[in-house]
Amino acid sequence: MSKPDTTASDTAAPAPAASDTAASDSAALDHRLQALVGKPTGPTVTAPDLVNLPMIHHWVEAMGDFNPVYVDDAAARKEGFDGIIAPPTMLQAWIMRGLRTSLEMDRARVSGEARGDSPNDLLMAMLDDAGFTSVVATNCDQHYERPLVPGDQLQVTSVIDSVSGEKATGLGVGHFVTTRSEYTDQNGDPVATMLFRILKFRPREKAPEPKVRPRRPRPALTQDNRFFFEGAKEHKLLIQRCSNCGTLRHPPRPACATCQSFEWDALTASGRGTIYSFTVNHYPQVPAFDYPLVVALVELEEGTRLVANVAGITPETVAIGMPVIATFEAFDDDLTLPVFRPVTEAPATTETEKS
Amino acid sequence: MSPETSTANPTTLRFEEVSVGDHLPEVPVPLTRTLIVSTAIASRDYQDVHHDSVLAVERGSKDIFMNILSTNGIVGRYVTDWSGPGAVLTDVNIRLGAPNYPDDTMTLTGSVTEVDPASGVDGKGAVVVTLRGANGLGDHVTGTVRLLLPTGDTEAGR
Repeated sequence: MSKPDTTASDTAAPAPAASDTAASDSAALDHRLQALVGKPTGPTVTAPDLVNLPMIHHWVEAMGDFNPVYVDDAAARKEGFDGIIAPPTMLQAWIMRGLRTSLEMDRARVSGEARGDSPNDLLMAMLDDAGFTSVVATNCDQHYERPLVPGDQLQVTSVIDSVSGEKATGLGVGHFVTTRSEYTDQNGDPVATMLFRILKFRPREKAPEPKVRPRRPRPALTQDNRFFFEGAKEHKLLIQRCSNCGTLRHPPRPACATCQSFEWDALTASGRGTIYSFTVNHYPQVPAFDYPLVVALVELEEGTRLVANVAGITPETVAIGMPVIATFEAFDDDLTLPVFRPVTEAPATTETEKS
Repeated sequence: MSPETSTANPTTLRFEEVSVGDHLPEVPVPLTRTLIVSTAIASRDYQDVHHDSVLAVERGSKDIFMNILSTNGIVGRYVTDWSGPGAVLTDVNIRLGAPNYPDDTMTLTGSVTEVDPASGVDGKGAVVVTLRGANGLGDHVTGTVRLLLPTGDTEAGR
């Protein structure tokens, strides 16, 4: 995800950023999650039933699979197998816990009783407690050493293979959790492996419009940059100018880079410029802003550049080189900032310099 | 996917008959409630979001949706319907996207992206199929399936 460029200038549009508290909470969670990587998810699970024909029949009928090698011994032998084989993709079905245990686990979860204490239970509880309550399977990679046949008894041992950092996805923000499972047969021989990845995420909510919109972040005012924001309140776009050699500079700073003079005054810019570069910010979202948020680096016709929001434009229509003009928006009693808008018509006769 | 009929290939393809770039037939899979529920139960997945539309909606889903084990099963079926019954699947790697909700159709397409005679064993050669299953919302599944096909043009090759 792109973020606003905060290096060029941070005077006009303070960059939205996650609060320090949120960042350190997230880091602490990451640390606890990573400590579980490499641990078994829980005890080894033995399949409740041997690989068997009735379950295979249910499977192939539901899937619409007419492959005779799954149901007809003679057909399987004709194709070079030693007899009926189970559909390879049934792998997980053999170790599923079944209805009764599913219902018991649901009951326990709803009543809040008895959270398990296996590493996988701990992992899920950590993510649940951090608000990542929803889950969706995203990847499944299965490798089969041999076809399973009726009479096989599977065992599976799984380890937590990896846990990603916090990711923004189409479903919401979350963590990817990957487990690696080793399946063995009644002789302890490996028959299959599986990598299974889920996304534990915080469902994206359609939050009701807040009654009182949070205020924009305040610029950090210094004796060097205060004039810029004072000027914005009077709807003037000011550029710092060296009193000694006349060089313009932005963002504001104490000394002229050309002649090192500390003496300066300010020029009122025309407000006309072009989009030198831009980014469209989707994430992280700060309530004071509307998203997607177009943040542009505007090159003023006087030659300096500044970072500002661009209004009256969509992420699809913003383009480098687009002519823009400064307007001023009072976000609250205390904060007025230049906001650029596209110049839709050919510019009228040039305005006279106001300064 | 009518339960009464099958377009499955009854004769197993020979490894030599397959080339990179070969297309698998396009197969539309009507996503009926019966399909979604029966495949979930056949895979012993009793999570309510796969069979109870009222609870699925309560949990924030649009409707019930297909479980990943069933996607695996249908992907496996799609490949062996093309290859014929004697293929041996060695790898099924899938990535899930848009959910398979009822009353939509998932259309499966695929093509051969790798053939590797050296990787085969016991008179078999390895083939990789890259496939996609798209529904009205977008790609439900993308992935690859690796399978072994018999080599040689006689029964002895099996």
